[in-house]
Amino acid sequence: MGAIIIFIQKAIGQGVCILYGANGEILTEKSGNLNLGVPGMMYMGGIAGLAAAFLYEKGVAVPNASVGFVLALLAALLAGALGGLIYSVLTITLRANQNVSGLALTTFGVGVGNFFGGSLSKLSGGVGQISVATTASAFRLKVPLLSDIPVVGDVLFSYGFLTYFVVVLSVYLSWYLNRTRQGLCLRAVGESPATADAAGINVSLYKYLATVIGGAICGLGGLYFVMEYSGGTWTNNGFGDRGWLAVALVIFARWRPLNALWGALLFGALYILYLYIPGLGRSMQEIFKMLPYLVTVVVLILTSLRRKKEDQPPESLGLHYFREER
Amino acid sequence: MKDVNAIELRNISKRFGKVVANDQINLSVRNGEILAILGENGSGKTTLMNMISGIYYPDEGQIFVNGEEVTIRSPKDAFPLGIGMIHQHFKLVDVLTAAENIVLGLSGPTRLDITAVATRISKLAHKYGFDIDPFKKIYEMSVSEKQTVEIVKMLYRGANILILDEPTAVLTPQETDRLFAVLRNMRDDGNAIIIITHKLNEVLALSDRVAVLHKGRYVGTVETADATVALLTEMMVGKKVELNIDRPDPVNPETRLVVKDITCVNKDGVITLNHASFTAMGGEILGIAGVAGSGQRELLEAIAGLTPKESGEIDYYPPGQPMREISGLSAVEISRLGIKLSFVPEDRLGMGLVGPMDMVDNMMIRSYRKGGFFWADRRSPRTLAEHIISELEVATPGVSTPVGKLSGGNVQKVLVGREISSAPAVLMVAYPVRGLDINSSYTIYRLLNEQKKRGVAVLCVGEDLDVLLALCDRILVLCDGRVTGVVDARTATKEQVGLLMTHTERRPGDGKADSRRA
Repeated sequence: MGAIIIFIQKAIGQGVCILYGANGEILTEKSGNLNLGVPGMMYMGGIAGLAAAFLYEKGVAVPNASVGFVLALLAALLAGALGGLIYSVLTITLRANQNVSGLALTTFGVGVGNFFGGSLSKLSGGVGQISVATTASAFRLKVPLLSDIPVVGDVLFSYGFLTYFVVVLSVYLSWYLNRTRQGLCLRAVGESPATADAAGINVSLYKYLATVIGGAICGLGGLYFVMEYSGGTWTNNGFGDRGWLAVALVIFARWRPLNALWGALLFGALYILYLYIPGLGRSMQEIFKMLPYLVTVVVLILTSLRRKKEDQPPESLGLHYFREER
Repeated sequence: MKDVNAIELRNISKRFGKVVANDQINLSVRNGEILAILGENGSGKTTLMNMISGIYYPDEGQIFVNGEEVTIRSPKDAFPLGIGMIHQHFKLVDVLTAAENIVLGLSGPTRLDITAVATRISKLAHKYGFDIDPFKKIYEMSVSEKQTVEIVKMLYRGANILILDEPTAVLTPQETDRLFAVLRNMRDDGNAIIIITHKLNEVLALSDRVAVLHKGRYVGTVETADATVALLTEMMVGKKVELNIDRPDPVNPETRLVVKDITCVNKDGVITLNHASFTAMGGEILGIAGVAGSGQRELLEAIAGLTPKESGEIDYYPPGQPMREISGLSAVEISRLGIKLSFVPEDRLGMGLVGPMDMVDNMMIRSYRKGGFFWADRRSPRTLAEHIISELEVATPGVSTPVGKLSGGNVQKVLVGREISSAPAVLMVAYPVRGLDINSSYTIYRLLNEQKKRGVAVLCVGEDLDVLLALCDRILVLCDGRVTGVVDARTATKEQVGLLMTHTERRPGDGKADSRRA
C-alpha cells in the first residue's frame, strides 16, 4: 500500500514537469510554431526562479517565504517568455527555420541553466550547493487539513501550488482553444494562416503571443522541478530529458490539453517504473526508461493509420507565413 | 432600389509593370440584378473584380458604391461596404466546421456560442435555399458544399454585393443548377450579384445583363434578353489580329498518335476529359484551344502517362515502326518511346525545372538514367546545356547559374530546348509563350516549326486564338472536357473557334451518374 502511494506521488511529480512543457508547446504549436526549444525554456525558467529566490534569500536577513515565492514565480515566467520571444523574433519576424531555431534555443537554454546553476553560489561568494530552502518551502506547502486525511490526502492533497495550477491550466487551455473566439482564431492561424489573414486576424500577433505565453508556461515546468521536486537545489543536467518528453507528450496527446493531463500521469509513471520493479539490471532499467517514447511512437503509428484529420498536427506547423508569398 | 447602382466603376485602369490588365473600364451593377462579366482568359475579369474587393488598388479611376465614391485599399475596407468576393480557391480551414469557418475572425463575446451561430446560418440557408450543415467539417465536404460555405460566410458578414469568380468551374451540372437557383433568390431579395464566367450558356441562363471584356478593354454591356450566342462570341473574341508567323506546309504528314475515346476523372470526381478522340499527324502542328480548365492539361498528361485514364486507348505509330498501344505504359516508358511533354504551368518552374539547380543539373533530370553503374554522366548534359544556350540564345551568365535566376523567357527556352534535344517523335507543349515578350515568342514558334519540318507531331496548347490560327495546321477545340471540333487553321475564323470553345449546351440526360464517378 505504502509503496503504491509513493509510486503515485512520484509519478505525479514527474508528470507535472512534463505537463507544463506540453501545455506550453500545445499553445505554441496551435499557432503553427514548432518550438523545439522546450527543454531550453524549461532550463531557463528553472534557473531564473532559483536565481531570483537565491539572490533574495542572500540579500535579506530574514527571508519571507511568500516574497521568495512570488519573485521566483515571476522570474521563471519572464525567463520562459524571453525564450519564447527569442524564438518568435527569429522565426516570425526574421523567418528563420523553425527546427533550427528551436534546437538552438534548447542548446542555449540548457547552457544558460548549467552555467548559472553551477556558478551561482561562487558568483555570490558562497561555497558548495545552492539551496533556497525558505522559498522552496512555500512551493512545497501541502493543502492544509485535507492532506492529513490518510491515503486520500497523500494521493490527492500532498502537493504544492504548481501541481494544482497545472491541472487548472490544462482545463482552461482546453476550454480556451475549443470554446472561445480567440481560441478559434488561434487554431485558424496554425492551420491556415492565409485564411486567417483574409478573415482579418492579425496572424503575427497571435503567433507571437501564443509562443511567448507558451514559453512562460514551459518556464513554470522548470520552476516546478527546481522548487517542488528538488526542494530548491540545483544539479547540472539534473533536469534530464523531461523537456523532450514534453514534446513527445504533445504528440501523444494529439494537441489536446486534456489528453496531455492524463498522458502526463502515464508518462510520469512509465518514466519511474523501473525503480519500482524489483530485480532489474542496469540494461533493463534503460529499456524501461524508453517506455514513454515507445508509447509515443505507437500513438503516432496508430493516428497515422487512422488518418483522422483532427488527430494530425496543425496543418501549417513549422511553416512561415508571409502574405506576399502566395 | 433598382435605380441606384450598387457598384459603378468609372475609367478604371490597372497595370502590372508594362502589361495593361484593365484599360479605362466603365461598368455598373444595380441592386437586385445579376451581372455577368464575360471574357476570355486574360481579358482582365478577375483583376477588375479584385479591385472592387480590395485585393488590388486601381491605378486610375473611381469606384462608387451605392452612389458614393469609395476608396477600397484592402478586403477589410470592402467588408463594411457589403462587398464579398468568392474566389476560385476557397479560403477555408479544413479541420474546422462550417459554422466555425463562417464566424472566424468576427468580434463578439469571448465565449463563442456556436449553437447560436448555427441557428443564424440555418436561417440564412432557409431564406435563400442553401443546403448546409453548420457542424460538418470542411474536409468532409464536396467542392460545392465548400462553395456554399463561402457564400454563406459572405452573407453572414452582411454582404449584399456578391462577386463570384468562375463559380461553376468546379461544379457538376446539377450543382450549377442549385447554385443558380440560390443566386436568383438572392437577387430577388435585392442583392447585387456579379458573376465572372466564360461560359455563354450560363450567361444566358442566369444573368440580367452582360458586360464583355476583351484583352483588358471594356467592349460593352448588353441586356441578356437581347443577347445571342453569336453576338456575345463576337464581342468576346474580338477582331482578328494578323500575325506574321511563318507556317510551312506539312510535308508527307503521317499518322503518329491516335487517341480513342479517353475519359479522365480527377480526384474530386469531376470529369476532366469526356470521351475525347483525335489523331495527331507527324509533320504538322496540332493546336489545342479551349478556355482554361477545359481538359487541356489532362489531355497532354494522359498521353504522357502522368494522369490515369478511366477508359479509352492511345495508339502510337513510331516513325517506320509498327503501331504500339501506349495506354498502359508508365510515364518513363512513354517518354523513352519519344513522346515528350513540355508543360509550362503558370509559375513556369513548377513543373519540369528545378529553380535552385543549374542548367546542367536540370538537363540531367532527363538523362541521369543514362549514366554509368554508379556515377552519373555530367559531361553530355553540360554539352547539351551549352548547345541550348548558343542555339536558342539563352541570356545567362553560364551553365552553372541556377535556372530560377533566369528571366521567364529564358527559362522557357531551357525547358523547351531540353525536350527538343531528345529528338522526340511527338512533342507536346502547353502555353509555350505564356508571359514571353514578342521576340522570345517568335523564337519558340521557330523551334516548333523546326520540329514540324523534322516530321515531329507537335501538339500545342495555347490561349491566344490569333497565335493558334497563325501557327498551327489544325486546331482541336476542347470544351468542358469534350472535343467540340477540329478545324483547319488556315481557313477557320476566330468566331468559329470561339463558338466551339463555348459550346457548352447541356444535353438532356446529363444526370449525376453521368457526370460524376458513381
